[in-house]
Amino acid sequence: MMTNNNSEPKYVIETQDLEIYYGDFKAVTNVNMKIEHNKITAIIGPSGCGKSTLLRAFNRMNELYAGTSIKGNVIFNGQDIYAKEVDPVEVRYRIGMVFQKPNPFPKSIYENIAWTARIHGYKGNMDELVESSLQQAALWDEVKDKLHQSGLSLSGGQQQRLCIARAISIKPEVILMDEPASALDPIATLKIEELMQELKKNYTITIVTHNMQQAARASDYTAMMMLSGEGERSGTVIEFDETKKIFTRPSDKRTEDYVTGRFG
Amino acid sequence: MAELTEKKLSTMSLRRRPRWGETIIQGLLFFSGFFSIFITFGIVYELGKEALLFFQMPGVDLLSTITTTEWKPHVNKFGIWPLLTSTLLTSTIAMTIAIPLGMSVAIYLSEYASPRVRSTLKPILEVLAGIPTIVYGYFALTFMTPLLRQIFGSDVVQIYNTASAGLVMGILILPLITSMTEDSLSAVPRSLREAAYGMGATKLEVAVQIVVPAALSGIAAAIIVGISRAIGETMIVAVAAGAGPNFTLNPFIGAETITGHIVRISGGDLSYDSIDYNSIFALGLFLFLTTLVLNIISQAIVRRFREVYE
Repeated sequence: MMTNNNSEPKYVIETQDLEIYYGDFKAVTNVNMKIEHNKITAIIGPSGCGKSTLLRAFNRMNELYAGTSIKGNVIFNGQDIYAKEVDPVEVRYRIGMVFQKPNPFPKSIYENIAWTARIHGYKGNMDELVESSLQQAALWDEVKDKLHQSGLSLSGGQQQRLCIARAISIKPEVILMDEPASALDPIATLKIEELMQELKKNYTITIVTHNMQQAARASDYTAMMMLSGEGERSGTVIEFDETKKIFTRPSDKRTEDYVTGRFG
Repeated sequence: MAELTEKKLSTMSLRRRPRWGETIIQGLLFFSGFFSIFITFGIVYELGKEALLFFQMPGVDLLSTITTTEWKPHVNKFGIWPLLTSTLLTSTIAMTIAIPLGMSVAIYLSEYASPRVRSTLKPILEVLAGIPTIVYGYFALTFMTPLLRQIFGSDVVQIYNTASAGLVMGILILPLITSMTEDSLSAVPRSLREAAYGMGATKLEVAVQIVVPAALSGIAAAIIVGISRAIGETMIVAVAAGAGPNFTLNPFIGAETITGHIVRISGGDLSYDSIDYNSIFALGLFLFLTTLVLNIISQAIVRRFREVYE
């Protein structure tokens, strides 16, 4: 893998004039943003402005569906992940994903993690890996006595933490989270947010959320997205800055209107 | 004032009103369900009654039927094994073709094929399923058998043989297994696939290790329906497998299956209440019980191994 010289680059992911298409429809346009190492970057904005679409472009999940394409570049550690020779499977191995609806595999809690590790050729002590992954995801104490029950027997919040444990078991560099708490109750949401603060010591996290309080509480940087343009409108990042600044002194009027709850 | 109160009361009434349309529809639906169950019981009753007559005939007993290996009605020998082995032989050959091929095609269609390829391939498979089985029978006799004789030599392969019938039966069953399997694969939620892809799984890993286990109950159902179809398939074996019970496991020589035997016997002049006539009901009952047992076994297997995703 190529890296920038010897020093670790400050930015893990960088987009350059990124445009995302569904067929002929341009869903996201002109995105230039840099995602910093070991920070939590939130993407906020009203429904349908392309937040998830943008997030999914970061690990080539979009292209699982026919007809999607991009223009511009997504640079991961100095390498364009959309270059011809790049294998999307390798990209997703290093840039993992947690989804809106908890989606553990219909296998045991243990197997959810073991399977994920096994497909990437993990040869070490599986019991240890399962335990440490579950511990990092703050789930170990709740499930250590029922590791061989189905992952689907857990509550929604536990399932989501299992999905996070599964994602970190293969030690990605970046974890993309697509509204990971939107299907959860406030207590479970809080747990996920606390977990994110722990995880950012080792991982870079990018999270899509439509919950502005969550972005304000949990993130270091915030990208504000909105539909723009005349005629056929497509989503773009209208402001990208430190979270503190976005929520206290936004430079764009539309950001201010949105974060103060004037619309959306 | 009094009028107003009265009106208010009547509009507020929660009393159940008769809905005749609903009642009639409900009755019709119940009747349809009842009727199909009734017919099934009727068939079982008729099969059982005639089979019982068979076993009450002089010289016939259940024990020798299931233990001896000669089926010669004209000398009162009713050992079911020659018919059973050839039924098992043709079915096994057919399923050896149909299961792996059908599963592969289904996985390809559901996980790999582009929408355009899928919309071309599926109708073609459905056409395959629509061909009358008598055509398949002659396809076995006039194409598959000569082919086998060319490959293995005409001194090894007889004109009538179970291999040819079994292979063509496999082609017949292929679309059935494919379409049922494909349906159950497609029913696996997209979120499960995304979960696996999001962890950096390859297409093959997602298809074989995530989607197939989740769809196992549907796949097992497809296989069981396929096996039942193979055991009960009649025309192909009647035309191509041979006419005459033969206790053998050699797929290259002629041997009559249970269904083939029933067709041949009932095609001739059969007088009601003769031992031949009654014997085919016993065979029919046996076929029925075989598929019933298969169904029960498969349901047990599925309950044990299915990965429930909801």
